[in-house]
Amino acid sequence: MQRIGVFVCHCGTNIAGTVDVKKVAEMAAKETGVVHAEDYQYMCSEAGQSKIIAAIREKGLTGVVVCSCSPRMHETTFRKAAEKAGLNPYMVEIANIREHCSWIHKDMQEATEKAVILARAAIAKVHLNTPLKPGESRVTKRALVIGGGIAGIQTALDIADAGYKVDIVEKTPSIGGRMSQLDKTFPTLDCSACILTPKMVEAASHENITIYTYSEIEKVAGFVGDFTVDIRKKARSVDMEKCTGCGVCSEKCPSKKNPSEFNRGLGNRSAIYIPFAQAIPNVPVIDREHCTKFKTGKCGVCAKVCQAGAVDYDQQDEIITQNYGAIVAATGFDMIGLDKYDEYAYSQSKDVITSLELERIMNAAGPTGGHLERLSDGRAPKNIVFVQCVGSRCSDARGKSYCSKICCMYTAKHAMLIRDKYPDTNVTVFYIDVRTPGKNFDEFYRRAVEDYGVNYIKGQVGKVFLQPDGTLLVQASDLLDNRQIRMEADMVVLAAAIEPNPDARRIATMLTASIDTNNFLTEAHAKLRPVESPTAGIFLSGVCQGSKDIPETVAQAGAAAVKVIGLLAKEKLTTNPCTAKADELLCNGCSQCANVCPYGAISYEEKQVNDHGIRETRRIAAVNNALCQGCGACTVTCPSGAMDLQGFSNRQMISEVDAICR
Amino acid sequence: MQELRDRVKALLMDGTVDRVLGWKAGDLPYNPEAAYFETPESLTEFIYDGFCGANLSKMMIEASKLEGRTLVCLKPCDTYSFNQLLTEHHVDRNKAYIIGVACKGKLDIEKIHAFGIKGIRRIRGSEADVASGILQFETIYGEKSCAYADAMLERCHVCKGKEHRIYDELIGESKETKDADRFAQVEQIEAMSPDKRFAYFQKELSKCIRCNACRNVCPACSCRKCVFDSTRFDSAQKANVDSFEEKMFHIIRAFHVAGRCTDCGECSRVCPQGIPLHLFNRKFIKDINAFYGEFQAGEDIDVRGPLVSYALDDRKPGQTAERG
Amino acid sequence: MSIEAKEIFKPRIVAFCCNWCSYAGADLAGSSRLTYPADVKIIRVPCSCRVNPMFILRAFEKGADGVILCGCHPGDCHYTSGNYYARRRMTLLFSMLEFIGVEQGRTRVEWVSAAEGAKFSRTMNEFAEKIYSLGKNVRLEDLRCRN
Repeated sequence: MQRIGVFVCHCGTNIAGTVDVKKVAEMAAKETGVVHAEDYQYMCSEAGQSKIIAAIREKGLTGVVVCSCSPRMHETTFRKAAEKAGLNPYMVEIANIREHCSWIHKDMQEATEKAVILARAAIAKVHLNTPLKPGESRVTKRALVIGGGIAGIQTALDIADAGYKVDIVEKTPSIGGRMSQLDKTFPTLDCSACILTPKMVEAASHENITIYTYSEIEKVAGFVGDFTVDIRKKARSVDMEKCTGCGVCSEKCPSKKNPSEFNRGLGNRSAIYIPFAQAIPNVPVIDREHCTKFKTGKCGVCAKVCQAGAVDYDQQDEIITQNYGAIVAATGFDMIGLDKYDEYAYSQSKDVITSLELERIMNAAGPTGGHLERLSDGRAPKNIVFVQCVGSRCSDARGKSYCSKICCMYTAKHAMLIRDKYPDTNVTVFYIDVRTPGKNFDEFYRRAVEDYGVNYIKGQVGKVFLQPDGTLLVQASDLLDNRQIRMEADMVVLAAAIEPNPDARRIATMLTASIDTNNFLTEAHAKLRPVESPTAGIFLSGVCQGSKDIPETVAQAGAAAVKVIGLLAKEKLTTNPCTAKADELLCNGCSQCANVCPYGAISYEEKQVNDHGIRETRRIAAVNNALCQGCGACTVTCPSGAMDLQGFSNRQMISEVDAICR
Repeated sequence: MQELRDRVKALLMDGTVDRVLGWKAGDLPYNPEAAYFETPESLTEFIYDGFCGANLSKMMIEASKLEGRTLVCLKPCDTYSFNQLLTEHHVDRNKAYIIGVACKGKLDIEKIHAFGIKGIRRIRGSEADVASGILQFETIYGEKSCAYADAMLERCHVCKGKEHRIYDELIGESKETKDADRFAQVEQIEAMSPDKRFAYFQKELSKCIRCNACRNVCPACSCRKCVFDSTRFDSAQKANVDSFEEKMFHIIRAFHVAGRCTDCGECSRVCPQGIPLHLFNRKFIKDINAFYGEFQAGEDIDVRGPLVSYALDDRKPGQTAERG
Repeated sequence: MSIEAKEIFKPRIVAFCCNWCSYAGADLAGSSRLTYPADVKIIRVPCSCRVNPMFILRAFEKGADGVILCGCHPGDCHYTSGNYYARRRMTLLFSMLEFIGVEQGRTRVEWVSAAEGAKFSRTMNEFAEKIYSLGKNVRLEDLRCRN
C-alpha cells in the first residue's frame, strides 16, 4: 500500500477563486492510502515545494499527488522536488485543476466536485505507479541544417564556430536563399549581396561545414541525439570537383530562353546555368527539363566547350546517409501565388508586379540592369502605386490570416529608393496600417513620408484596370478622407503575403515535427521555447517558424544554434523512462507490436523462461529503451496485455477510468 | 476415407512423420473428436467424415513444441488459420506435414436434430468421398433422411472456397458449397432499428455462461493467457459478477481477433448455448472490407493485417451512418 | 411529475486526450477561459494510440455516459503514426458498438491540435449536449442483471 500525500494549490485565486481548495484537500484525505493532505497558496513556489519535501520526509510518503496547473507546466518542477526528498520522481502525479477545471467553470460547487474527482483519479493512478529510472542514449556530434538561406547559413556558422560539424542541405543549386534576391535591405539600405556574400563564402570555406546544394532530404529516422538522414544529391550533370566555374558552358549553351528562377521569371537563363554571379558553389547545373541534349539527345555543346571535362550527362542522383545529433529546419518562405487576386490585374499586365519582382528590377544584376522600367514597353514609370497586404491579414480563405510582417518596411524602402533615384516619379502607397515596430523602423518610414515625399493613403485598393493604352487605372478608397479614388498608374507593385516554403509540410512530416494550419512549424512553447520544435532534437530557424525580417531571422538562427550546441555538448542524453515493456511470461511473440512501432524499437529474441515451473524457450518481444518514445501503439495491438507502457500502464489507465466513473 | 487412412499410415510407417493429428470416432456417430495417433495400429480408430468440423490448425501450436514432425489433416478453410498462425510465429512449418483433406461441407447436428431426427444409431452419406447429396439415418425410430446441404453448418454455406492455401499433399476432391451471401446476416441486423439490434444481442449474449469454449477453440485466440484471465486490466471476472461483462468479453474478443480472424466459424460451432458469435467477427470483416479494402486473413502470409497498417486518407471514426 | 424526473441529469463523460495535441488544446481552452460542462473529465494519455478499446468499454461498464477520444490531427501525430492506428481501431470499435445497438452519439473521436483551444471547448460542449439528449447510458449495462 502506498503512503500518498495530496497537495492542493490555490494558484493565488486562479484555482482558489472557483475551487474550494480546503474541501478538495479534505475529500482527498479520505481516500484510501492518503496519509497527508494540505493546501497552499503557490505550490510551485520555493515554500510550496518545501512543504512537499517536508511531508515526504516526515510522513514517509511513497506517492505524491499535486492538484495544480497543467502537468505540461509544472510536472517537472514537482518531480524535481520529490527527487530532492529522496522519492522517485515518477511517483508524482498531477491533477490538473486549473486549466481543466477552475479556469473553465464558474460555479464553485460544480468546480469543486470536479476537482475532487480529478484528484481521486490521480490518487488512483499513483497507487499503481512504480519508480522509473531514465536510460541513457548517445549523442552524435553533428548537426543538420535544412535550408541554405540566411537562417540556415547563420545557424550553421554559429554551430560550426563552436567546434561541431554541420551539414547544410539546400534544395536549389546555390545557397543564399531569398536574401540573395534582394537589392537593398531596410532600415540601413545596405546592399543585400554585399552583406550576404561574405557569410556565404565563410560557410563554404568553414572547415566544420559541409554544403550539399541541389539536394533534398529523403528520409529521416531515429531520434534526438541519433538521427539517421538520407540526403538525395540530385544529379547536377556537372562534376563539382572538376568544374572551374569559368562559365563558358552557359555562354555557349544554345538553349537560352528558360525563365530564370533567380529573377523570378523576369529574365532568361541558359539550360546549363549558375543561378547568379555570387552563387556558392560556383558550379553550373544542367536543367534537364530544358536541355536540348536531354530532350533530343542531340547537342552536347557544353561538354565540348568545357576545358575541364566536368560536364557529365550520365550523372545519377546520389543518396548520402549521415547521422546527426540535432536537426535545424530553416526551410524559409516564398510569396503566395496571386491567381486568386485577379482584381489587381497581375495576370493581365506585365506592369503589375510583386515586391520581390521589383527587387530584381531594381537590382543591377537583374533583368533590366537596375533601371526602373516598365516590363511591357521599357518606359520609365511616372506614377507608381504600391498595394499593401495582398493576401496578408485576410479574413477570407483566399489569403492568409497573419501579418507578413516585412511588407510595410520593404515598401517604405522601395518608395524611398525610387524617389531618391527618380525624383520625378510619383509614388503612392495604399495601406491598412503601417507597422514599424523594429529598431529604427519608424524613423525609416517617417523619412520616406517626410523627406522623400512618398504619398501614403490609408485605404484599400479595390481593383486595378488595364486600360487600352497599356496604362493602369487604380480604384481605391481613402478611409481617412472617406472618398473614392481613381488614379492613373504606370506600374503597380503588390506586397504579396509570404508563406512557408511549399516543402515545409513534407519535411515536417519526415521530422515528426508539428506544423500549424498555415504550414508554419510549431515551436515547443510560443513564448519560452520559440526555437525548438516539440519534437526533441528538432530546432527552428527563420521564417519556417513565422514571418520575420532579416535581423530577427539572424537572431533566431543564433538562438537555434545555441540550443543545438547545448545538445551536442552533452556526452549522453537521458531517455524518457515511460517506455513500453513486455512481460515475458505473457508475450506470444506474435510480432503484431513490432508491426505498429513507428521507431522500430521492438525486436524478438529466443529466451529461456520459467513459467510457473514450465521451462521452455520462447520467442519474446524486447523493447529498445533508447528507441522507444512511449507512444503506446504496441500496447493496444497486444491482445494479451503482455506489452504495457510504463507510467501509463493498463492498470493505471483503468484505475483512472474507474475513479472518474465511480 | 480409406485412401486417406492408407496414406496417413504409410507416412507414419516410413518415418516421414512421428504422429498424426486427425479425428477419431466418438461415442456417438456424430461426435468425432480431434486426436493424435502415434502408432499404425491406433489408426484403425482414425476417421474422416462430415462431422469432422474441428479446425485442427490451432492444435499445431502445441504440436510444434513436440519432437519430430506432425502430420495434420486440414480442410481448405483450416489452411487459412494455419497460415495466420504462421505469420504470428505460433506454428513451425518444418514440424508440420499438411495433408489437405477434401471437404464437401461440414454437418451441424443441431440442424439435424431440428429436423426431428433423433435417436441416431448410424449415419450414411456423410463421408467426404460420397457424393450422393443425401444423408441417411438409422434411428431408434426407424430410417430417416435429409439433404446433405440442408444439414450443413452455417459457415459452409458461405464457404471461402475449395482451394487449400498451404499443404504438402492433397487427397480427395473438395466441393464449393457456397450458396449464401457471407454478410447477409450482418446486413439483416444492420437494417434493424438500434432498439431491435440491442434487443437481439442482449437476448443472444444473455445466454453466455462464459465457458470459454469459443476462446479455447479459436485459432486466433492464441494468447498464453487471455486478458480476461490476467490481472493486467483488472478484468479477470466470471459471468454475472459484473453486469456488462459478457458484451465486453465478446466485443473485446472479436476486436482482438479482428484482422486476424479467418472466419472459420469454430466459435459458433462449439458454443453450447448456440450464440451466433461469428456475427461479431463477420461484422468486423465486413467493415474492414468496406473501409480498408478486401482482406482475408490467412490468404497471403506476406500481407499486413488491417489493424497493424493504415492509409493516410482512412475514414474518421463514427462515420458509419453513411453505409448503403 | 415525480421528483426523480425533475432531477438534473449529470452525465459522466470521459475524455481521453493525447499529451501532445489535445491535452495541450484543453490547456489552451482553459487559459483562454473557454468553458465546457464540468461533466467532462480528462484523462491524459501519451498518444491516441494508447487508448485501448478495453478502457472505453470499461468506462461504459463503470457507468460512463459518453466517451470521447481526442488526438492530433492526421499527419500531426507526435509519434508520426499513432493517430492513424487509433483511427482504424476506433472506427471498427464504434461501428461494432453501433451494431449491437449502442447509440452512436455516445462515442466520438475528434482531432484537436494544441492551438485549437476553441475547438476543444466547442467539441466538448457539442458532445456533452449530445449526451444530455441521449440521457443516461443504460444500453451498455446488461439488463438481465437488474431487477
